[in-house]
Amino acid sequence: MSRHSLGEGDPKTLGAILWRTVPVWAALIALALASCALAYVPMGGFNMAASLAIAAAKMVMVGVFFMHLRRPDPLLRLSGGAWLLWISFLLALVFADQATRAPISQPARTEGVTQRPTGPAGMPSF
Amino acid sequence: MNSGGEALREPWESLRRQREAAGFGMWLFLNSEALLFGALIAAFFATRFYHPQAFEAAGKEAEIVYGTVNTLVLLTSSLTMAVASFATRAELRRVSFWSLGLTLALGLVFLGLKIMEWRSDLEKGMVPGPGFPMEQPGAVLFWGFYWALTPLHALHLIGGLSTVGFLTWQAARGARPLRSPAFEAAGLYWHLIDVVWIFLYPLIYLQGRASS
Repeated sequence: MSRHSLGEGDPKTLGAILWRTVPVWAALIALALASCALAYVPMGGFNMAASLAIAAAKMVMVGVFFMHLRRPDPLLRLSGGAWLLWISFLLALVFADQATRAPISQPARTEGVTQRPTGPAGMPSF
Repeated sequence: MNSGGEALREPWESLRRQREAAGFGMWLFLNSEALLFGALIAAFFATRFYHPQAFEAAGKEAEIVYGTVNTLVLLTSSLTMAVASFATRAELRRVSFWSLGLTLALGLVFLGLKIMEWRSDLEKGMVPGPGFPMEQPGAVLFWGFYWALTPLHALHLIGGLSTVGFLTWQAARGARPLRSPAFEAAGLYWHLIDVVWIFLYPLIYLQGRASS
């Protein structure tokens, strides 16, 4: 493990600190405004996909630059990334169930519930 | 004055070890937080999957101006917290207190706007139960998630404000050296609150804006 892996080389003056942080903040603000503007552009099912992609990009920026994951400390990087594994299990199981459930038990196919358009072979579209 | 010595606590043999332990412990806690909010967000999408139009119509009723301004406020508080994290470690006293104070102030601004937004939602009657104004069956589910997610997030913000406020108070009366790894660990928690909001923003406020 490097002797500089816990931020020993981090900025020590106000100028250096601002130089390290303000550009990240400016990019985050720009991305937030961009996702707001994009939400008004009709893109069908891609509106939510686009705003989630922007949210993910913002999360990575906050994680890497503000939550110090750019520091090459193996313990902190592992613990800072472990949740991705658990979340991926959670999402995979939730959506595997939904995508493969028999049509009869899909509330979308019953009356009185909002109809959603279906894709090929009756599979729900995104 | 070597405040590094004062910052070192039992049982660590060096401030470096203590710093790594503080970060590791906080990250473990943040993992559990990620699963708490991750499960709610997964449930949100699982429900939205069955009621896409109703969710779009319901999302349009959310107050996008409050939501967007609060997003900018919280992102800026993450900037001041990041500055505080670097400044406390570098023992820049004035910068540390200014950035910690600004972080607390921006957190309070977020909460204040949130309360104004909730008041406006309540005036519109957007509360699941008798008298809910929207007819689509899924719309009430969206607002159920709204009233689960935004107060839970606000509770976390109050937790963050208390933690940062307590550490700042300790530092101001000389009970906690600025080099203490606690500031960095509190910063990690503050940024998590920001990351959760980064995802709540598109879920709640950007839904269905493009449809007429």
